[in-house]
Amino acid sequence: MTDLASEQGTEAARRRPRRWHILVFLAPAVIIYTAVMILPLIETLRQSFFNVVGGEHVFVGFANFATLFGDPRWAADFWNALRNNFVFFLIHMAVQNPIGIALAALLSLPGLRFAAFYRTAFFLPTLLSFVIVGFIWKLILSPIWGVAPWLMDLVGMKALFAPWLGKPGSALVAVSLVSVWQFIGIPMMLIYAALLNIPEEVIEAAEIDGITGWGQFFKIKLPLVLPAIGIISILTFVGNFNAFDLVYTMQGALAGPDKATDILGTFLYRTFFGFQLQLGDQPMGATIATIMFLIILTGVCIYLFGVQRRIRRYQF
Amino acid sequence: MSKARHSTLRSGLVHLALIAYTLVALFPVFLTLVNSFKSKQAIFSQPLRLPTPSTFSLIGYETVMKQGDFVTYFQNSTIVTVVSIFLVLLFGAMAAFALAEYRFRGNTLMGLYLAIGIMIPIRLGTVALLQGMVATGLVNTLTALVLVYTAQGLPLAIFILSEFMRTVSDDLKNAGRIDGLSEYAIFFRLVLPLVRPAMATVAVFTMIPIWNDLWFPLILAPGESTKTVTLGAQLFIGQFVINWNAVLSALSLAIFPVLILYVIFSRQLIRGITSGAVK
Repeated sequence: MTDLASEQGTEAARRRPRRWHILVFLAPAVIIYTAVMILPLIETLRQSFFNVVGGEHVFVGFANFATLFGDPRWAADFWNALRNNFVFFLIHMAVQNPIGIALAALLSLPGLRFAAFYRTAFFLPTLLSFVIVGFIWKLILSPIWGVAPWLMDLVGMKALFAPWLGKPGSALVAVSLVSVWQFIGIPMMLIYAALLNIPEEVIEAAEIDGITGWGQFFKIKLPLVLPAIGIISILTFVGNFNAFDLVYTMQGALAGPDKATDILGTFLYRTFFGFQLQLGDQPMGATIATIMFLIILTGVCIYLFGVQRRIRRYQF
Repeated sequence: MSKARHSTLRSGLVHLALIAYTLVALFPVFLTLVNSFKSKQAIFSQPLRLPTPSTFSLIGYETVMKQGDFVTYFQNSTIVTVVSIFLVLLFGAMAAFALAEYRFRGNTLMGLYLAIGIMIPIRLGTVALLQGMVATGLVNTLTALVLVYTAQGLPLAIFILSEFMRTVSDDLKNAGRIDGLSEYAIFFRLVLPLVRPAMATVAVFTMIPIWNDLWFPLILAPGESTKTVTLGAQLFIGQFVINWNAVLSALSLAIFPVLILYVIFSRQLIRGITSGAVK
């Protein structure tokens, strides 16, 4: 850090005084970022290799990970949270992103009226806090209020209503769909921006060749917005494996019913911070955070080195 | 003729689909706001009707005002958000300028280092972060939250702002240098005013996750005097879960500021996204 401002080759250094201003410009951001983000992250990763044995803090190698994966007190919860998190992610990929792309495709149709209004409406849920979103949907889905059964009655499906949030079989899907509802604005906006950036000539050329409507969307536009689809996929991945708030507001820290909606974020919270009778366990919390870090890092690497490289070749 | 009718039909179907999704997006918000102004009986018997003179009631808001300390919560959230945004913009712009303007050893490396935080969430370091805050006595202070949110916002801010600063003309800066302006004056007096639109975009992107965050207030500042609106509303609702008037009113109170800000900033936000600021 300190030699940043100094020599840029000895000759340049001789010609110019030390450029302290570079250091001054960089220092505040680098110091806060390093002290509050990078160092705690590294320290958390380090602590996953330590535990308290007989009252002393000692290096235990991979023992914490072995406990997490295999010890009957931990393993069931961990694998359950991991599996739920993958389901949570898959539902987002299968529902949120296709609907987001479809909405963006409709919005970008040339000459569409009220496009700004629709855009504003679709993006509003994304701005609401998890607390608002979580409780609104909890109330709507509540059998006490009866709004959801009433709405389903309108389309003749009242018999299908069930207290989804209270049933272990359906709670995770219900919470995932609420999260989809909240975040659909992000893929919608990014794809919309990418669609607007497609050069006019490409579309005209397609029209001259007689490719219009659906064919044009799937054969011309969709391949051209693949980079944006890559971005929304990795954003969804990182966001989902880091999620906590919505499950916490809708189902509580215990992620009920019977941990059916427990994901890595809520599992991490209960483990390291403690909840009700359970005491906080920092080494195991650090271990779970490390696993989350590795999962996210893997996803980001697959994106950067696998997906993005391949996509770049198709760009103009 | 038949083609015209065909296209009317098609645009009708497009609007039908878009209106259907608009209803899905807005209905829950509408339902909450409308019912927060009704008596308890009306909330249950006719949840979808607008309040009439006979069903209108402010009892929920009265409960919230009496029971919850929402003024303090709002104040805390505002302080944390405003100070964090200010620091992110100032320090972010300074670092972005250094990266975009000067060629020095380690420039690319520094850019990559600062970009790690765009993809890796700061939450993963929470265990050590809490220990650090306890050690420095910052637990239950707004300073802890400001520091965390500043660190969280910096990576994306630096990334977006340095892209914009590369587009500021070199001639302008060199003219300033010939006129004897210091590097600091060039940054504050010439470059900053030119990247103001990008700063607004960054401010909006930074603001939303800070205002809405529940994780860090819950862990770092759960004390009564440092609660943010999000955490305060969460706890209040948990406490009053049977009092539907109070819950709906608390939710509405939490929605209003977001709605107002969105009305003010939505054009900026949407322009920011569609102009490629986050690509």
